[in-house]
Amino acid sequence: SMHGDISLQNEEKRNLSLGGHVGFDSLPDQLVSKSVTQGFCFNILCVGETGIGKSTLMNTLFNTMFENEEASHYQNGVYLRPRTYDLLESNVHLKLTIVDTVGFGDQINKDESYRPIVDYIDTQFENYLQEELKIKRSLFNYHDTRIHICLYFIAPTGHSLKSLDLVTMKKLDSKVNIIPIIAKADTISKSELHKFKIKIMSELVSNGVQIYQFPTDDETVSEINASMNAHLPFAVVGSVEEVKVGNKTVRARQYPWGVVQVENESHCDFVKLREMLIRVNMEDLREQTHARHYELYRRCKLEEMGFKDTDPDSQPFSLQETYEAKRKEFLGDLQRKEEEMRQMFVNKVKETEAELKEKERELHDKFEQLKRMHQDEKRKVEEKRRDLEEEMNAFNRKKVAAETLSLSQPLKKEKDKKK
Amino acid sequence: YISNLQFLSMKIKPEKQYVGFATLPNQVHRKSVKKGFDFTLMVAGESGMGKSTLVNSLFLTDLYKDRKLLNAEERINQTVEIIKHTVDIEEKGVKLKLTIVDTPGFGDAVNNNECWKPITDYIDQQFEQYFRDESGLNRKNIQDNRVHCCLYFIPPFGHGLRPVDVEFMKALHEKVNIIPLIAKADCLTPNEIKKLKDRIREEIDKFGIKVYQFPECDSDEDEEFKQLDKELKECTPFAVIGSNTVVEARGQRVRGRLYPWGIVEVENQSHCDFVKLRNMLIRSHMHDLKDVTCDVHYENYRAQCIQEMTSKLAQDNRMESPIPILPLSTPDVDTEKLIKMKDEEVCKDVI
Repeated sequence: SMHGDISLQNEEKRNLSLGGHVGFDSLPDQLVSKSVTQGFCFNILCVGETGIGKSTLMNTLFNTMFENEEASHYQNGVYLRPRTYDLLESNVHLKLTIVDTVGFGDQINKDESYRPIVDYIDTQFENYLQEELKIKRSLFNYHDTRIHICLYFIAPTGHSLKSLDLVTMKKLDSKVNIIPIIAKADTISKSELHKFKIKIMSELVSNGVQIYQFPTDDETVSEINASMNAHLPFAVVGSVEEVKVGNKTVRARQYPWGVVQVENESHCDFVKLREMLIRVNMEDLREQTHARHYELYRRCKLEEMGFKDTDPDSQPFSLQETYEAKRKEFLGDLQRKEEEMRQMFVNKVKETEAELKEKERELHDKFEQLKRMHQDEKRKVEEKRRDLEEEMNAFNRKKVAAETLSLSQPLKKEKDKKK
Repeated sequence: YISNLQFLSMKIKPEKQYVGFATLPNQVHRKSVKKGFDFTLMVAGESGMGKSTLVNSLFLTDLYKDRKLLNAEERINQTVEIIKHTVDIEEKGVKLKLTIVDTPGFGDAVNNNECWKPITDYIDQQFEQYFRDESGLNRKNIQDNRVHCCLYFIPPFGHGLRPVDVEFMKALHEKVNIIPLIAKADCLTPNEIKKLKDRIREEIDKFGIKVYQFPECDSDEDEEFKQLDKELKECTPFAVIGSNTVVEARGQRVRGRLYPWGIVEVENQSHCDFVKLRNMLIRSHMHDLKDVTCDVHYENYRAQCIQEMTSKLAQDNRMESPIPILPLSTPDVDTEKLIKMKDEEVCKDVI
């Protein structure tokens, strides 16, 4: 019937054949055209010890001299230094941000070295999440600073990973795409390199570190990606200096025993890295960051805040309702806290009043006691005074009596003499 | 007035006949060959700096055949161990008992606070042992296990010394001869090596670190020797490369490292300072390293020990001195006068 519910019971898709050229095959081109107009954004995080060649590799990869001062070995801790550049190639705009880890590996105690890196990655996720949750948001305009790729620079010791490398990569692998690379690889011979790569990969596997795998689901690039996966970690050499080799000038490092050419695939894996990172999988890296790492962060964060996808009755929650409920809860909490504090204040006042009363009583008692003592003393003194007075009177009487007696006595003698 | 010392070293020219004490150096040589030498070398630095490879290259032997390396997980909380390897090697009749002291675990953990303590403790223990032996009644077979030299490997990847390098060297520079080295120097171009050496020398000065100093040349050495000596001193810290493998280079079989872009020869002086290090450590200054250890580092330790002991004795008169030492109390004024008087008498006699 026309009215009533529309039942969508039959959801089978049907393949229809077209009678002619419709033209929606231009959709990818429209998408491309839109994205070219918008410009692209790519953020690289370079993690590695001071002097290992992070800046030089970036300069070599992008064929540009990004400004960079040499870092000191004496930083108190690790700090992250992001720098954003606007690059243009053909008609494609790239907003490239390179984040450097300054001071990494220099401290004697490296227990906390991973933390600033994890915090930085989380902050970029948080900023994006905040934008996403806004009521009035402009995501299309938003400068996305989330890290799309972490290049982890391994020192060419020839033995295995360093303990710091293992600890750090384990903290990062659930938050960012990691491509491990062997830096300054021109100090490792071919046979040593083969053993070194195997050792590194086996250590990563046995410790459960998830590194970025070049995707093999798309047939057009699955073959090359699969073969590149087997070459990890890439052993790279970076250089911005040019050396004449034969009749060409190439980027290379000149030693007394020979010239290491950066773009010679039998010398190092630089070309492979550039191919994979920039020319083939850059877009996939951006996608993985958004669809996998960011989504994981978002889910964890929201769960922390108390949000769920379904309520106890398994009915889907709406974000708005949850938000309102949370707000009520929060305000209720605030009120309760206020009450508590007020109650506490009242109690405190009562207590102090009681104390003061007690003190007052004590003082009063003391006063009474002193008064009594004073009266006792006064009485005693009065008694003594009366005693003294009586004594004095008695003495005076005796004195008078004695005087009178002595006066009358000589008269009597004279009277006797006259007789 | 001639001082006593001057009197003793005045060269007395013997009358026409040859007395023969000019053979003394030969006698010293003969006796020392018979007695044999011993040398204790410590190597320190993070794992993967090429320490073992360098030691093998220096002494042309393989000391580390059955070594087991820890992986990254085991190293997170690793403590520093001290491992000694002793070998007897001989060359042209001269026997050397070489002891290499390894310090695996140094700088490898995530938290390396005071990771040099086991190393300083070890060095002090050897001093203490020698001190006891030297003060004992039977001194016939004293074993000298004191560390004569410490090679410290600085990574070539950074811009200079790192905090752990500075702390380590400062903890040890008054206990042992430190020779800092730039490890794995084949990752640096000649310009980069020069820049790093200058920076490290600057920082060693700035932080007041006392590394081993080559003794001054005698003034009567020839110019060539003096020039070599000067070059050696300006070349520190040595940038070294080691190798366990032999490769074919320029028609010869040499120790080296084979790369797709060329061959690094360990003993090629334009490739690295390995030869300079070997010559200095083994061929010319080995004995000076021992002398400085005995005359300076050990004597400092001994004097400090004795001072601590006598200050304790002074506080507690009942304690007997555990070792035979002369009383350190300063003589009183009268005794001093007497000593001075006697001194003058002796000098007068000389004149």
